[in-house]
Amino acid sequence: MTATRPSARSGVDRPAGPSPLRRLLPGAPAAAGPRGSTLLRHLAGAVLAGTLVVLLTNQLAPYQNLQVARVCAFLCVTAGYTVLVGLNGQLSLGHGALMATGAYTVALVQRAFDERGVQGRWILPLSLLAAVAATALAGLVIGLAAARLRGPYLAGVTLAVATLVPAISTIFTGVFNGEQGLRFPAETPPAFLGAYFQPERWLAWIALLAALLTVLLLANLVRSRFGRSLRAVRDDEVAARLAGIHVARTQVLAFVVSAGCAGLGGGVYAVLTATVAPGKFPLELSLFLLMAIVIGGLGSLAGAVWGAVLLVALQDLPSLLTETFSLPSGLAQRLEGNLALAVFGLILIVVMLAAPGGLHGAVRTLAARLRARRRAH
Amino acid sequence: MRPTTRRILAAATGLALLAAVPACADDAKQAAENVPGVTDTEIVIGTHQPLTGPAAPGYSKISAATKAYFEHVNSKGGVNGRKIVYKVMDDGYNPANTENVVRKLVLDDKVFALLGGLGTPTHTNVLEFVKTQKVPDLFVSSGSRNWNQPDKYPTTFGWQPDYTVEGKILATWVKQQFPGAKVCHFGQNDDFGRDSLAGVEKVLGPVAAKQTYTTTNQQVGPAIGALKAAGCQVVISASIPGFTALAMGQAAGQGFRAQWVVSNVGADYTTLSNQLGDKKVILEGMVADNYLPMVGDTANPWIQEFTKIHQKYNSANPIDGNAIYGYSMAYTFVQALLAAGKDPTREKLVEAVQKGGFRGPGLTPFRYSDDVHAGYSGVRLNKVQNGAQAYFGPTYTTDDGDAAVTEFTEAPATPPADAIPTT
Repeated sequence: MTATRPSARSGVDRPAGPSPLRRLLPGAPAAAGPRGSTLLRHLAGAVLAGTLVVLLTNQLAPYQNLQVARVCAFLCVTAGYTVLVGLNGQLSLGHGALMATGAYTVALVQRAFDERGVQGRWILPLSLLAAVAATALAGLVIGLAAARLRGPYLAGVTLAVATLVPAISTIFTGVFNGEQGLRFPAETPPAFLGAYFQPERWLAWIALLAALLTVLLLANLVRSRFGRSLRAVRDDEVAARLAGIHVARTQVLAFVVSAGCAGLGGGVYAVLTATVAPGKFPLELSLFLLMAIVIGGLGSLAGAVWGAVLLVALQDLPSLLTETFSLPSGLAQRLEGNLALAVFGLILIVVMLAAPGGLHGAVRTLAARLRARRRAH
Repeated sequence: MRPTTRRILAAATGLALLAAVPACADDAKQAAENVPGVTDTEIVIGTHQPLTGPAAPGYSKISAATKAYFEHVNSKGGVNGRKIVYKVMDDGYNPANTENVVRKLVLDDKVFALLGGLGTPTHTNVLEFVKTQKVPDLFVSSGSRNWNQPDKYPTTFGWQPDYTVEGKILATWVKQQFPGAKVCHFGQNDDFGRDSLAGVEKVLGPVAAKQTYTTTNQQVGPAIGALKAAGCQVVISASIPGFTALAMGQAAGQGFRAQWVVSNVGADYTTLSNQLGDKKVILEGMVADNYLPMVGDTANPWIQEFTKIHQKYNSANPIDGNAIYGYSMAYTFVQALLAAGKDPTREKLVEAVQKGGFRGPGLTPFRYSDDVHAGYSGVRLNKVQNGAQAYFGPTYTTDDGDAAVTEFTEAPATPPADAIPTT
């Protein structure tokens, strides 16, 4: 195990070349692949996707816009999470807690301004930035421990983090107001959009911007040198180290990046309802997140989109089912509590048996098969 | 730049320009639309209830009764020819779920009003949303003072007595019966517990010891141990039924003998004895308060009417204090709906409740007015003796401020035919 421990043998594991994160900047030489500038291509894709969703939100009813907003908030989390688990091979079960960190940071920052009577459009982006910073810091602390732990031990430590959230919020009732949670001023659409502008559409746009930014940055990151380091570390730590990759640093960085994304997602999730409460971030949420990215397709950002959609769809499933079929009240009650978990588990089993690559993998295989058949004709 | 990239970029720019022309012209039309949830034949209203989770024992029976009462009203032709559709959503007593389901009810199901949303921690977090949507938010099933803020939340109304009103009246009785005794407080770790404590301390001054519990943690042993160690002789408890049962069970287990004085929300004998099973004997001597007819009082005309409805539409559930609560609240809602006129709007409904003047099963008058959105103004004490909960002593009224606790002597109203209000 000595090879995997972060050691001070600087001669061996100092990374050759500039900091991996520098590859995020536009025009990085290594990012230029055979198909033109990766950043430009991703940027165009992001603008395209964003435009489509904005067009869509114009047509949707308020509640559906809220669902779009929720999907986008979860996408921030699942995208960062899948980079950590799928590309770097580190299993965290504490991402629900990291979301809570981001959400509570947003709430505390917004309340601090509100209590002093400060108002302004800049408070929202500032509070979200603070959320990313606070969670990245939390991610750094967990990541430093993570770099020393493997597999089930890492899962255990992060699981403990996830279970801590309700406890912390009820122990420090003065700050976090226990299970009742914190309220902060609701985000309203700016005046220039008109008096009848749907507030939910505005929320959807905020969440969309956050999600696009996250996915764009991550898409570039995973194609950069750092992305290759992530995969190298996942596949074989010894080989990666021999290739000059600083294993521990890569792992810690992956955790920090992933935590920052979770913080942003959690912050946006809080903004959608202008409240945070520990009940929003139970242990199940962390497990749901993991199931979502596995079902969606581990390690691919498209898979993260599937996962985010699934997370939101399953929230509304129990009430939809019990409403559609008028079930006896006893059965309906039991279903309300457990149905999401049961359905998630079932989908997980089916997907793992039928398409180990997740939904995204299945779609890709299907597309490839169709293309092959067309070529054969 | 490669041609494909350029083409994608061009397409994206075009789409972005298209999106910049906002398609929000139909928003103004939407705003001027008809009254949500009201058609010629139906009125759709909604609620959030703990059908599962820590508050489900007991409270899950309330919405069943409310629903049964509306079925009864619908079978007699509804209100002004419209049938009442009552949508019940489960939030598991989890504030985060409440946010979801209330948004779904208001935005997706387009309910006319919310009725009897249950719980202090749960409902507190949807107040802002309810306000921005201008939804009448009637008769919140909780005694928090939060609902009584007409300036901040003009469409929200309480129904049961404030926990502060309750606390003041309970403490006044304790002061008379146990002069000089060590009085302690056990409460839920949120506005429920805090409002109750505020009322108690207004009358008694600082209590000898205070302990709290959180609904996600069933371990109340340490808190009860601390009350025992403090030598409490009377414990005033602001707890939901599950935690009243836990706390009194723990006290009995630890050999801690004190007079328990419990808020009406956590003191329904049927619910508690179901929870405690063969240990229900520890409930003997428990003092609590209420403001509705007691379910055991079979001579009461309201209880007789409600029992008839219960047997017809809700016989799968036991008839207990929670059921009486559900029937009584539904009765008040039908009164409000009638007062809102033949063509009800959200504004008319709010005005009708502010005008007040409803009399029903309750022992005391409501406090509704233009600047007060609080419900019942007082309670009467009851005691568990020989396995039955019965009233004793006078009925008291007070407010959540500094008003004195005074006796109320007016006789309660009698029910109209079929227990359906006509005006």
